[in-house]
Amino acid sequence: MMRRIISVLLENEAGALSRVAGLFSARGYNIESLTVAPTDDPSLSRMTIVTSGTDAVIEQITKQLNKLVDVVKLRDLTEGKHLGRELMLVKVSASSADQKDDIKRLVDIFRGRYIDVTESTFTLELTGSTEKVDAFLEALSQAEMIEVVRSGMLGIGRGKNALKL
Amino acid sequence: MNLTGADIVVRCLKDEGIEYIFGYPGGAALHIYDAMYRQDDVKHILVRHEQGATHAADGYARATGKPGVVLVTSGPGVTNTVTGIATAFMDSIPMVVITAQVPSHLIGDDAFQEVDTVGITRPCVKHNFLIKDVNKIAETMKKAFYIAATGRPGPVVVDIPKDITAQSAEYHYPAKIDMRSYQPKIKGHNKQIARGVDLLLQAKKPIIYTGGGAILSSAEDALVQLVDSVEYPSTSTLMGLGAIPASNPNFLGMLGMHGTYEANMAMYDCDVMLAVGARFDDRVTGELSKFSPNAKIIQIDIDPSSIGKNVPVEVPIVGDCNEVLLQLNAQLQPRLGEIGRGSIDQWWDVVNQWKSLDSLAYNASDTVIKPQFVVQKLLEITNGDAYVTSDVGQHQMWAAQYYTFEKSRRWINSGGLGTMGFGLPAALGVQLAYPDDLVACITGDASIQMCLQELSTCLQYNLPVKVLNLNNQYMGMVRQWQEFFYDRRYSHSYMDALPDFVKLAESYGHIGIRVDKPGDVEGALKEACGMKNRLVFLDILTDHTENVYPMIAAGKGHSEMHLKPSDGDVQERELA
Repeated sequence: MMRRIISVLLENEAGALSRVAGLFSARGYNIESLTVAPTDDPSLSRMTIVTSGTDAVIEQITKQLNKLVDVVKLRDLTEGKHLGRELMLVKVSASSADQKDDIKRLVDIFRGRYIDVTESTFTLELTGSTEKVDAFLEALSQAEMIEVVRSGMLGIGRGKNALKL
Repeated sequence: MNLTGADIVVRCLKDEGIEYIFGYPGGAALHIYDAMYRQDDVKHILVRHEQGATHAADGYARATGKPGVVLVTSGPGVTNTVTGIATAFMDSIPMVVITAQVPSHLIGDDAFQEVDTVGITRPCVKHNFLIKDVNKIAETMKKAFYIAATGRPGPVVVDIPKDITAQSAEYHYPAKIDMRSYQPKIKGHNKQIARGVDLLLQAKKPIIYTGGGAILSSAEDALVQLVDSVEYPSTSTLMGLGAIPASNPNFLGMLGMHGTYEANMAMYDCDVMLAVGARFDDRVTGELSKFSPNAKIIQIDIDPSSIGKNVPVEVPIVGDCNEVLLQLNAQLQPRLGEIGRGSIDQWWDVVNQWKSLDSLAYNASDTVIKPQFVVQKLLEITNGDAYVTSDVGQHQMWAAQYYTFEKSRRWINSGGLGTMGFGLPAALGVQLAYPDDLVACITGDASIQMCLQELSTCLQYNLPVKVLNLNNQYMGMVRQWQEFFYDRRYSHSYMDALPDFVKLAESYGHIGIRVDKPGDVEGALKEACGMKNRLVFLDILTDHTENVYPMIAAGKGHSEMHLKPSDGDVQERELA
């Protein structure tokens, strides 16, 4: 079992997302995360799917995805050098000065950002690899967490490697 | 030229060269039905249930190779087609299903006769569309036919809201279409083919295993050329029967759960396997861990996801089976001398020993009608030249085993989904396509009752199908499994309160004949086949307890077949 990041360019049409989601549930494939949004070319959407499975399963996943009529092109980013980034928004309570200091230190270390502050709460933004985001959450575990929102991973190839038409 | 959406739909069908559509009207489809009324180019066949429409279109498509077309209304009209769409999907049959939808402004309101057609059909179509703009109808219809009939064929649903069919637009039907997201690969990779050829030439115990894809791609001639030139043992799946004529000396008959002993043993023992348009279905492979343990596999398929899905493949070749076989033959012919004839002859000796077991022999009877005998008699009387449709179960297997098909597209059955109720409506579609040919529907007392209402359609359009109802008063295949695997606990497999099928046929305006003696079978079949213009329903009372042999039980491998028992009990013979 290996974690894979699959990038997909697909027609930006109603129902395209449900075709992909339906494929994964119908065939019993894992989805760890799935993100999708239109690209600079508004007729195309780009999707990043994080999944896991044996080599045989991953081969079937990419073949089955390719078979969907809405899918234009795809690449298993994990086959080459690649970058993965997640965005996370966290709301924590921060009432006492000690709490606020602790959180501030962590935000500095992880290069997070404050995006909203009230008397008793901080809302923080952090981007990074899944590992970094996980580590930040773990470090924050002492604090009183109110809400955690993660985008799921976005992936892109390193260097000249590009998934485009 | 400005036309209404409804007229555009019908014009598209005409311009696509569609002769028949199978359908059933209803509220949301009324504009389209009105457009149908105002023209004569596309003929509409009114079925009695939307499931029948899909099976009829499917039968038409299987027999002709042209896409079948269905037109139904929204809601229940759509849900009734789902079984037929899934049937076509599993067997890769080209079909376009036009479904009317409630008016756009009502979509999502739980309106009368509204269902999420695109959502409900998504898992069992090759693709589907919801048209939201009258200007997109023609282009979408073109795409639908293009997608349905190219690549690995399959059903495509086009959902059209009622208001869109009332609006007007300029009509222009595109001559061709290019889709950046859909470009099936037709030609095979020559280097891969060369690797396949090398393997084939080195083989000592080869087998050629063909499936429905060989027929879908019209690869029959190239396939027979290959088989005849290498003279390797060859077998076919249920879906591929007829691509290689059954009388070809290299043909071992069908393989799989109810395949011949020689076909399955040759699959088990082979060292090189060439799979042509076959997808290694579980009914074919048996237990995967016991599947062809020593084989190096070359697989030709137009669908990359079919390759290596269930069984690891040594040489994958993506492409249209016919194109690839033409390429392969071109490479192979000059090198035929490299075949090690000595080892191939030895291999044939082994195969012929298996063959000599005559695994399809059955105990004939003077007192009770054996279903196998009925099929053999039909074969005899029709000179093997009939179109044979079937439903699902024992009769289907007997039809496949004993009606030895010499031509492709003659054997019309639901292989993948295994849909009871398929046979009669499919026969209707075949008979429309070939009005002068004999179309026989081999069915059973359980299956026939699942789409029986289409007897009425057959009368309306004067379709003289010959129905052979192998009536054993059981769901025979269920009963057989209960006998073998459930200690003869026949739970709900008995058909109590069967109708009088003869009177039933008569009440539908057809001819019904009951046959209950072996001596009457031939006469009745001749009589039925002689009535060129009448549907004849033969209610043939067959042996209640007959089982389909040989058989590979679930979880067993090709070398672990049950053969016909000589003493009335199931016994296992392993000669491997």
